[in-house]
Amino acid sequence: MSTNQEYIELFKEKEGILDKASPSFMSEIRHDAMENFSKTGIPDKKSELYKYTSLQKIFEPQYSMLFQPSKVDFKVEDIFSCDVPNLSTRLEVILNGFYLKEKVSLRKLDNGIIIGSLAEAQKKYPSLVKEHFNKYAGSGSDGLVSLNTAFALDGLFIYVPKGQSLGDALQVVNLPMTGIDTLLHYRNLFIMEDNSSAEIVVCDHTLSPFRFLTNSVTEIYAGPGARFNYSRVQNEHLNSNLLTNMFIHQEKDSQVKSNTVTLHGGTIRNNTNVLLNAEGCDSQVYGLSLADRTQHIDNYVNIDHAKPNCTSTQLFKGILDDQATGVFNGRILVRPDAQKTLAYQTNNNILMSDEAKMKSKPQLEIYADDVRCSHGATTGQLDENALFYMQSRGIPRKEARLLMLYAFAHEVIDKIEVVPLKDRINDLVNKRLRGELSRCNNCSMACGDLPLPK
Amino acid sequence: MKNKQDEVLREVTQNEYKYGFHTDIETDTIPKGLNEDVVRLISAKKEEPEWLLEYRLKAFDRWKQMKMPKWAHLTIPEINYQDIIYYAAPKQKVSLESIDDVDPELRETFEKLGISLDEQKRLTGVAVDAIIDSVSVKTTFSETLAEMGIIFCSFSEAVHNHPDLVRKYMGSVVPYTDNYFAALNSAVFSDGSFCYIPKGVRCPMELSTYFRINAANTGQFERTLLVADDESYVSYLEGCTAPMRDENQLHAAVVEIVAMEKAEVKYSTVQNWYPGDKDGKGGIYNFVTKRGICKGNYSKISWTQVETGSAVTWKYPSCILKGHNSIGEFYSVAVTNNMQQADTGTKMLHIGRNTKSTIISKGISAGKSQNSYRGLVRVMKNAENARNFSQCDSLLLGDKCGAHTFPYIETDNSSAIVEHEATTSKISEDQIFYCNQRGIETEKAISLIVNGYAKEVLNKLPMEFAVEAQKLLAISLEGSVG
Repeated sequence: MSTNQEYIELFKEKEGILDKASPSFMSEIRHDAMENFSKTGIPDKKSELYKYTSLQKIFEPQYSMLFQPSKVDFKVEDIFSCDVPNLSTRLEVILNGFYLKEKVSLRKLDNGIIIGSLAEAQKKYPSLVKEHFNKYAGSGSDGLVSLNTAFALDGLFIYVPKGQSLGDALQVVNLPMTGIDTLLHYRNLFIMEDNSSAEIVVCDHTLSPFRFLTNSVTEIYAGPGARFNYSRVQNEHLNSNLLTNMFIHQEKDSQVKSNTVTLHGGTIRNNTNVLLNAEGCDSQVYGLSLADRTQHIDNYVNIDHAKPNCTSTQLFKGILDDQATGVFNGRILVRPDAQKTLAYQTNNNILMSDEAKMKSKPQLEIYADDVRCSHGATTGQLDENALFYMQSRGIPRKEARLLMLYAFAHEVIDKIEVVPLKDRINDLVNKRLRGELSRCNNCSMACGDLPLPK
Repeated sequence: MKNKQDEVLREVTQNEYKYGFHTDIETDTIPKGLNEDVVRLISAKKEEPEWLLEYRLKAFDRWKQMKMPKWAHLTIPEINYQDIIYYAAPKQKVSLESIDDVDPELRETFEKLGISLDEQKRLTGVAVDAIIDSVSVKTTFSETLAEMGIIFCSFSEAVHNHPDLVRKYMGSVVPYTDNYFAALNSAVFSDGSFCYIPKGVRCPMELSTYFRINAANTGQFERTLLVADDESYVSYLEGCTAPMRDENQLHAAVVEIVAMEKAEVKYSTVQNWYPGDKDGKGGIYNFVTKRGICKGNYSKISWTQVETGSAVTWKYPSCILKGHNSIGEFYSVAVTNNMQQADTGTKMLHIGRNTKSTIISKGISAGKSQNSYRGLVRVMKNAENARNFSQCDSLLLGDKCGAHTFPYIETDNSSAIVEHEATTSKISEDQIFYCNQRGIETEKAISLIVNGYAKEVLNKLPMEFAVEAQKLLAISLEGSVG
C-alpha cells in the first residue's frame, strides 16, 4: 500500500475524532483538503518543486500520529530555559504539535490582542478564524499543505487588532517529545490587522532521540500598514525532519521580514510563499543554513508580485560540509501590470568538502516591463588568497577560515532586528562553525545531541 | 560606417518577413502520416543500408512510447503527427556534376535568399550545403575542401560514401532515446549536413548549411553531424527561412558535434524561420536538439545563436565537457515579438578536470511574446577546478510581454566556482532621453540601444552573419516601440 493511500485510510478512520476536536466548519475544510490530497498525494521527485528533495524517503518510516495533546509530567521551564540576555520574551510552547497551556489555553489581553491555542480560537472566535483560516494556504496548495489541513488539530493563534503592537518579541518553541517515531502536524495562524506590529522568534528543537517528521503550516495575514517580523532558528537532531510551509499575505504598505537560520537537523524543507496583494508592500526573506553530516536543507521561496510598486529581497546563504546537500529554489513572479516592481534575489554558497552538494535554482518570471529584477547565484569555496593574506599576518589557517566563514554568514545574521537574538545567533553560528555544539549555555536541552530529559 | 547604419535603418522600416515567398518547384512528396511503413519508405527512397533502417525503426518504436514533454514555458496546441508530410524533395536530375545542373528555379530561390550557389560569384570563401525541404540540393566547394581531406557533404551522401564515420558517431552525442523530438528525428530524418575535419587541419573557409522549408504541410527533420578530429578547427554557420503560411509547420532537427583532442568547433546559427503573423497565425515550431561533446582534452565548442524567427522555439545547444581542460561557450540573442514564444538556453555538463564554461544569454521580448532562458550548469564530482560564468539578461519592450529565467545550478565539487547572474528590465527612460536630446529619435534610439545590448553576442558571429543578424534584430523589433 502506498504511503498516500495509508493517509487517506487513516483519515477515514480518524475523521470522527478530528471532527469532534474542532467546530463544525472545520469538517468541511478537512474533508476538502483530504480530497485534494487524494488527487495530488505527497509530491515526488518528478514534481519540479521537489526535484532535489526526496519526500518519499522521509515519509518512508512508520510514524505514529497524535490526536490529542501529550500528558506533561514536568515543567517546561525545568528543562527549557532560554537565557538569551536581555531578550525579554514571553514564551509559548508547542509540544508535539499542541499548544502547551499554562493556565488558560487562550488569552485576550486588554488591548484586544489574542494569543493562544488555535483549536481554542476556532471554538471561541469562529468568525475571526473562518475569515482567514486556510485562505492563504488553501488555494492551489500541494499535498503537504492538504495533509496538514486535514490532520492538524492545534497550533499557535495570534491576533493583533488595529494599531496595536505585540510589544516585546514573542518566543515560540516547537518541541517534539515522544517515545516513538512520530509524524507531527501543527498549524499557526497570525492575523495582523491594519497598522499593527509584532515580532516573533520561533525555535525548533527536539527533546527526544526518536525519528520525527514535522509538517507545519503557518499562515500570516499582514493588513494595511502592518509590520511583521519573523525569525526562526532551526536546531534539531539528525533524525528530525522538518517541513515548514509558510504563507504570507500582504496588504497595502505592509512589511514582512522573515529570517530563518538552520543549524542542525535532518532533512529540512522551508517553503516560503509571499503574496504581495496591494501596492507599497515590502517583503524580505533571508536564510542561512549551516549543514554538515548527511543533512539536507532545501529553501524554497516564491514571491508573487501581484500589484505594482512593491519591493522584495531574498538573500540565502549556505555553508555545506561533509555529505550535506543544500538546495535553493527561489522564484520571483511579477504579474502583468505589477509595474515599478523592484525584486532582488541572491544565493551564495560555500562547499567545504568534496562530498557536499549544492543545487541552486533561482528563477525570474516576469510579465510586466517597467520593473527591475535581478538575481545572482554563486557556489564556490573560500578564497585562497585571502586565507594566505591572513596567514601571512600571523593568523592561523584554522582561525582565518573561521573568520571568513563567519563574515560570510554575518550578512544574513545582520538582518535580524531583535538585537539580543542577533547576538545569540552570532554566538551560536560561531560555535557551530568551530564544531562545538551550538546549545545555549543555561539550557539543559541538547539540541545537537541527545541525552533524554528525565 | 554611416552607410551601413542607414541601411540598417532602412531595413527597420520594412516590417515584412522578407523570406516569406514560396517557390513553385516540382516536389516529390509522400502521403501524410507517420507509421512504420513511412519510416521504411523514407529509408528506401534514400537507398539506405540496413543498419540505418534498423536505427530508424528502433527510434520510431521508442518514440511511440514517449509523450510530448510539457515542462517548457510554452503554450503549444496539440500537434497532430499524422497530419504532417514527412518527406518532400524537389524533383531534379539524379546526379549533379556542376552548378548548371541545379534546377534554375531552385537556384533563383537561393539567390533570392541571398545565398549564391554559384561558386564564382561568391566574394567570400563560404562553402554552403543548401537544404530545401527534406534534401540537400547542392554543396559548394566540396572539391576544394576534399583536397585538404575535409569531408563536407549532405548526410545521405555521407551515409553512402563514409558509412564507417557516420555509423561511429551518429547518435553518440544525441542518442535516439534522448528526448521526444530527438526520437522523432532519428526515425524520420531526411537529410542534413555531414562534416569531418581530419587531424591537424584548420578549415580554410566557413562551412555553412542553409535550410529552407518550401513545400506546404511538411515537417523538416534534418540531422547535422560534425566531427572535428585532433587539433583541427572549423567554423560552421547555419541559417534558415520558410515561406509564410497560415498553418504551423514542424521543424525538429538534431545537431551533433564531436570535438577530439585540442579541436575547436565554432557553431553559429541565425534562426529566422517564419514567426507567424501579428496574431500568432502560422509560423514554424522549432524543436531542436543540439549538443556537442568535448571528447578530447583541451577541446573547445562554442555555440552562438541569434534567434529571431519561429512561432515557438524550444532548443538548448549544450556542451558535454568530458575532456580535461575543455571549454564550452554559449552566446545567445533571442528576440521574440508579437505572439512568438521562445524557451531556449543551454546545458553545460562539467565532467573533466579544469573545465570551463561561459554562458551569455540576452533575451529581448516585445509585443505579446514570451521569452525564457532555461539553463543547466552541472559540475560532476570529479570535475575539479571547474569554472562557470553565466549571465542572462532580459530586456522588455512593451508591457504585454514576458521574460523569464530558469537557471539550474548543480555543484557536486567543492573546488568548483560557479557564478550566475541575471537581470530583467526595460530600456530606461534616461537612456532614451539622452539619445532624444542629441537628436536621435526614439525608434532609432531603441535600435541603437538594443544593438548595443546584444553586441557582446553579435561580436562572436562571423563577419558575414554579424551584419545580417544586426539587420534581423532591427526588423524583428520593428513596430514594437511605443
